[in-house]
Amino acid sequence: MSVATQTSPAAADNAAPEREWRPPSYWPFIVPALVVVLAVIIFPWVFTIWMSMNEWKVGSPTTFVGLANYVRMPNDPRFLEAVVHTIYYTALSVLLPVLLGTLSAVVFHQKFVGRGFLRGIFIMPMMATPVAIALVWTMMFHPQLGVLNYILSLGGIPPQLWVFNPNTVIPSLVLVETWQWTPLVMLIVLGGLAAIPTEPYESAQIDGANLWQVFRYITLPLITPFLFIAGMIRMIDAVKSFDIIFAITQGGPGSASETINVYLYSVAFVYYDLGYGSAIAVVFFLLIVALAALMLYARKRMLWTAIGDGA
Amino acid sequence: MTNHLISRRSVLAGTAAAGALSLTGLPTRAAEPQWKKYAGTKLEVILAKGPRGDNLQKYIKEFTDLTGIQVESEQIPEQQQRQKAVIELASGKPSFDVIHLSYHVQKRQFEKAGWLADISGYMKDPNLTAPDLVESDFSAAGLQYAKNDKGQMLSLPWSVDYFILYYNKELFQKKGVAVPKTFDEMVAAAEKLTDAKDGIFGFVGRGLRNANMTLWTNFFLNYGGEFLDKQGNILTDGPEAVAATKLYQTLLTKVAPPGVAGFNWMESMASFTQGRSAMWIDGVGWAPPLEDPAASRIVGKVGYTVVPAGPKGQYSATYGDGLGIAAASKNKEAAYLLIQWAVSKKQGARLLQAGGGVPFRNSILNDPEIQSGVKMPKEWLQSVIDSAKISKLGLPVIIPVAEFRDLVGAGLTATLSGGDPAAELKKSHEQFRPILEKSEKA
Repeated sequence: MSVATQTSPAAADNAAPEREWRPPSYWPFIVPALVVVLAVIIFPWVFTIWMSMNEWKVGSPTTFVGLANYVRMPNDPRFLEAVVHTIYYTALSVLLPVLLGTLSAVVFHQKFVGRGFLRGIFIMPMMATPVAIALVWTMMFHPQLGVLNYILSLGGIPPQLWVFNPNTVIPSLVLVETWQWTPLVMLIVLGGLAAIPTEPYESAQIDGANLWQVFRYITLPLITPFLFIAGMIRMIDAVKSFDIIFAITQGGPGSASETINVYLYSVAFVYYDLGYGSAIAVVFFLLIVALAALMLYARKRMLWTAIGDGA
Repeated sequence: MTNHLISRRSVLAGTAAAGALSLTGLPTRAAEPQWKKYAGTKLEVILAKGPRGDNLQKYIKEFTDLTGIQVESEQIPEQQQRQKAVIELASGKPSFDVIHLSYHVQKRQFEKAGWLADISGYMKDPNLTAPDLVESDFSAAGLQYAKNDKGQMLSLPWSVDYFILYYNKELFQKKGVAVPKTFDEMVAAAEKLTDAKDGIFGFVGRGLRNANMTLWTNFFLNYGGEFLDKQGNILTDGPEAVAATKLYQTLLTKVAPPGVAGFNWMESMASFTQGRSAMWIDGVGWAPPLEDPAASRIVGKVGYTVVPAGPKGQYSATYGDGLGIAAASKNKEAAYLLIQWAVSKKQGARLLQAGGGVPFRNSILNDPEIQSGVKMPKEWLQSVIDSAKISKLGLPVIIPVAEFRDLVGAGLTATLSGGDPAAELKKSHEQFRPILEKSEKA
């Protein structure tokens, strides 16, 4: 920086000749970051793309096959099913935590006795290790011995199969995901609520708006940017969710809860088919990038609602 | 060291030479291997987590005292251990000298890649091998697992897992049901024992994709199934397979606890130890938890017997693990001393007596003194001895075992929610056949 400021006064008079190219004086400062980025981000990606264009099985020689691994995907029923499962799982595990998180944020925004303590309790699931949680939930889900069916039986509801049935496995897994990540959404939305000025509420009161109207026409528009952030974080987390699914069902029963990530793991590290696994990883990455871009675009379009963007 | 190794190897190259050495060189000390010869060597061992690994680590000091060889070992959960081992072996520079391998998953893969050292020569060298360690002492299944097509020993069989039938004596008595000897009797008994209103079911077993294959193949074998034909084509969608799948479907949908499609051994065992299921077919190694009052409500009420006969035979689906030496290891002789010690009579007896595994060596299993020290019920030991006589490999010896278990296993699970056995098998084999063909060609 200091070098740059020293040369600039001299350059002021005869700007044109001085414009000829010289190595920018800041480049030594970029090198460390550049090396790190190349080594841990660019190189693995280039290498993954290279692997994805090879028939690459651990223990056998590798051969270049071009795009054959990518062509395999649309003809692989397990991969296609995994895509559907991923979308289903993601949609539910964005929607439910955002809904419940917003609701609980509104509740915890009110002033009542013991609020701080209860907030503390509420965010505890977020701090637990997913694999440990998963093991506990596995036993809670057990159709014969689990506590969940016992609770249902108290209310006279017949026992459910939870994660042990192909039809209910994904909603059951989302239950765990929701239990764990609703607090995160709550915290984000709570931050949004704290940033809303009080004036609109006062005028609404004077105009005689009821609670729902206040929420629908004042609170909701003002916290929409925060909901978008929460939704985006949740979505990226849910798409790449692995630990809870793997620890509870390993993608089962059958392959009913096999998401792209779980399938990818099987292909690469159980079947040792690194070529095909890499191809799936590349497609999966593009999918996440596309989703994130879509959300960012939508957020930009919605920005006009952020009138009181005080945060 | 290098010079020494080469001269050793050339000596070991022929049996005649080894024999001559023992005659002329060391006639008086031939009875015991030269345990101390590699004192000071350091060995790295990678173990799968479980009772075998525990048994090795618990007594490893005895080995170090005997040989002066230092041993660093680590236990890693089975799935992760397999991955780590394969990735390191494929790199050509594994960090370990000795590897604990699952034969039923890894045998063919390891052989084809040439990752394990040939120990046939060592076994014939009296300087390296105790006189009681001979090939013929291992059970047929053990030798089948340890040897490659050329008859070379690539590992020492460590512990065998037979599938047996566990049953709840109390529930059997209550309903006056006899212990089934055939599949038909087993289905009939399970129907009688099932009392869905009270939450009691006749049968429990693995329904979870992949894990379920080990149970299903025992049915398949007893219906007369063979995994591969002479050309190496897979036969697990033939008529025997369809019959086995029908039995599997009947048992797991009509007389098994709800949700069994998602059960692995852990959930099955939970149902059985809580007295909620009357019969369970699984590996022989689960006796210790069943007889542990802290984990089980049915201590002392468990019956153990062989898997009932099918229409075309009676077998016990057999799985197993062994100890091999990495071909890239620089301490092969020292590593051989270690794996020899691990499968020795003393270590094998400890393993058997604690119920942590069943040695492949007949001299251990049939030794009355060792038998009397077994802490598990007598019936358990008898079921082990009887299963050994009807042992048959429980999975095809192919490279893509994991794909086989996943794809066919998913088809089986699909039959539990109403899928047609023949159609599901056909569908999963359509996916599996190309994978198998590709892997065998490579």
